[in-house]
Amino acid sequence: MSVLNSFIGELTAGKIRVVDLTQTLSPEFPQISLPPEMGQAWPFRIEEVSRYDERGPAWYWNNFSCGEHTGTHFDAPIHWVSGKDLPNNATDSIPPQRFIGPGCVLDCSREAAADADFLLTVKWIKGWEKKHGRIPPRAWVLMRTDWSKRSADPVGYQNYDETGQHTPGPDTDAVKFLVGERDLLGFGTESIGTDAGQAQHLRPPYPCHYYMHGAGRYGLQCLTSLDQLPPTGAVVVAAPLKIRNGSGSPLRVLALMESK
Amino acid sequence: MTMPARLPPPKRKNPLARTRLPASPGQGRSRVAQGLTLAAAHGRFMLQRCEDCGTVQYPPREACATCLSPRLPWRSLDGAGELIARTTIRYGQEIYFRERPPFPVGLVRLDCGPSLVVALHGDCGAAPARVRVGLALDKAGQGLVIALPEKDTPNMADDPLIRETTSDPKFRKVLVTDAKTAVGRTAVEAFLAAGADHVWAGFAEPWKPSAHLAHLQTQDKATLVPLDVTDEGSVRELAGRIGGKVDILVNTAEFHRVSTIARQGTETARAEMEVNYFGLLRLAQAFGPALKARAADGEASATAWVNLLSVYAFANLPAQGTFCASKAAALSLAQALRAELQPSGIRVVNVFPGPIDDEWNQLLPPPKVAAAGLANAIVDALRDGVEDVYPGDVAQEWLARWRDNPKALERELSL
Repeated sequence: MSVLNSFIGELTAGKIRVVDLTQTLSPEFPQISLPPEMGQAWPFRIEEVSRYDERGPAWYWNNFSCGEHTGTHFDAPIHWVSGKDLPNNATDSIPPQRFIGPGCVLDCSREAAADADFLLTVKWIKGWEKKHGRIPPRAWVLMRTDWSKRSADPVGYQNYDETGQHTPGPDTDAVKFLVGERDLLGFGTESIGTDAGQAQHLRPPYPCHYYMHGAGRYGLQCLTSLDQLPPTGAVVVAAPLKIRNGSGSPLRVLALMESK
Repeated sequence: MTMPARLPPPKRKNPLARTRLPASPGQGRSRVAQGLTLAAAHGRFMLQRCEDCGTVQYPPREACATCLSPRLPWRSLDGAGELIARTTIRYGQEIYFRERPPFPVGLVRLDCGPSLVVALHGDCGAAPARVRVGLALDKAGQGLVIALPEKDTPNMADDPLIRETTSDPKFRKVLVTDAKTAVGRTAVEAFLAAGADHVWAGFAEPWKPSAHLAHLQTQDKATLVPLDVTDEGSVRELAGRIGGKVDILVNTAEFHRVSTIARQGTETARAEMEVNYFGLLRLAQAFGPALKARAADGEASATAWVNLLSVYAFANLPAQGTFCASKAAALSLAQALRAELQPSGIRVVNVFPGPIDDEWNQLLPPPKVAAAGLANAIVDALRDGVEDVYPGDVAQEWLARWRDNPKALERELSL
C-alpha cells in the first residue's frame, strides 16, 4: 500500500485526527490596529448579495472584504522590509511543499497567564528540548499561550493600555536561535502578531518579523486549539491564498495527529 | 391667560392597541410659498417685502399686492404683532386635524404690516394681546406661521403646538451612534440634561480604551451599546435590540483623517466613506423603517434623525479633501433620507459645523467648534424645530461666503 493510500485509510478509519487551528472569520474578531495616522488593514466585513430573495431568488451569497492580515493568517517574507528582496517571498511564489511541516508546540500557557508580556527565551526552548527532543529542521514552531481562549472577549484579547498592547511573544535571541540553529519553517502564535505586544521596544523592533522574514521563514498568528496538539508528532498544513505578490493571507490552518 | 401644567411623563403604551400611523397635515405649496419653508428650516421669520413700495406681503405671492411689482425678495423681519381675534377649530376635514385636540388659531396684525391667520400657542391668551409671530416646520415639513406669547411662559415648550413642530428630546429615547468621541460623549450628556428618557451610547472597537466611554458608564440613564457602523451585522443587531424604541437617532459616527489626493492609495478615503457615507446608509436601512412606523406613537413618538456633517460638505477644503468628499456624499444621502422620512413626519436635521476641536484639526488655528458647544447646538436644533444648523463662527462665515459666491469660496479654500 502506498503512503498516501495508507494515510487515507487511517484518516477514514479515524486513526488520524484533524484539528482546526483556525479562528472563525467574523466582523467582531479584533483586527490589528496601527497608530491612526498610518495606513490600516481592513477588518473582516461581510454583506449579503442575496438570500433567496428579490436580489437572487434561489441563492444565498455574500461579499466579504478584509486585509491580507486578518483573522488567523499567514505572513510571507515579503511582508517585512528585511525579506523584501528574497526569492520566492510572496504568497504566490512560495513552493507549496513548504506549507506542510511537523509541528512543535511550545506550551507557554502558564507563563503567559502569569505575565501577559512574557517573552520566550533560548533557555526556555532548550528546556523544552530536554523533555521533548530537538526541534527538527523545517518545523512549524507554535507558541502555545492559550491566548486564543480570550478571543470571545476582544478587550482581553487585544489587551491594550495606554502603553499599547500586552501579549506574549519571542525575544530577539529566541528568534535568532530558531532561525539560525534550528532552521525552522515558521513561527506561530495565538495572539495578533508573531511578535509580542510590546515588541516595538525590543532591538530590533519586532524581531520575529525582522529575522524570521529576513531569513525567508513564515509566520502564523491568531491560531487556536493549540492545547489539543501534542508537543511533537502533529503535521501542520498552512497554505495561504495564492494572491499575486501577496504579503500574507487569511487561511485555514489544519493539524493532523495520530489518535491514541 | 391659561397656564398649561407641566407635561407629565407619557403613560406607558397599551400594547394591545394599534399604533397610530402618522397622518400628514400638509398639502402641496406653491414654489413661492416654500420661501416660508426655507426660513422655517433655518429658524428665521421671513416674509417678502416689495423692493419698490416696501409693502410686506402675506401670503407669499408673485407680484406685490399694492403696486404689482414682481421684485419681492424675502427679508428677515420682526414678528411682533397684535392678536386681534382668536377661535378654536374643533372639526376639520384633514385626518391629521381630526385626530388632534381642538386647535387654537388667531388673526394677528403684524407691526410691519400684513395680517395673518396663525396657529396659536396655548399661552397667547385672549385677544387683544401682544404676540410674537414666527415660522415653524409642520409634520409635512412645510413652513407654518405660529404665534407665541409676547414673553416666555413657564413650560412653554410643553405646549402641543411646540411638541408637534419641534423634536424636543424631553421624555424621548435617543441613540447616539458613537459616544467614544468628545462630541459623542457630550451629546449623550446634553440629551440627558435636556430630559431625555434614556440615551443609548454606541461604541465600536471595544478594545480601544476610551475615557469618554468610561465616563458615560457612570451615568444612570445612559446605556453603552456595541455599534460599528462599518459592520452591517452590528447595525442590524442593534436595530433588532432597540430599533423599536429609538425616538431620536443622532449619528455622530465620524471617521476624520487629514488626507489629500496626494496621499498614496485609497485606504484612508475608503475608511472615511465606510463610516461617513456607508455608515449612514446602513443606519438608515436598519433604523429608518421603525422610526417611520412610530412617528405618531403617542406624546413621545419617534421624531427626528440628526446627521453630524461638516460645512465642508458644501465646498471642499483640499487639505482634508477626501474627508470633505465623504461628507458631501453623506449630505446628498441625507437629502434622500429626508425625502424618505418626510411622509411620516420624522425630521432629518443636518448639522454643519466648522472645524471641530479634535486631534485631527490640531494645527488649524482657532476658532474651532468645541464638543460641548456642538452637542448643545444639536439639542437646540431639535428644540427649535429647525432642519439645518451651522454651529460656530467658521461655519457661519463660510456659509455666508458660499451663498455669496461659491466660486470665490472654492478659490479661498484652495489657498
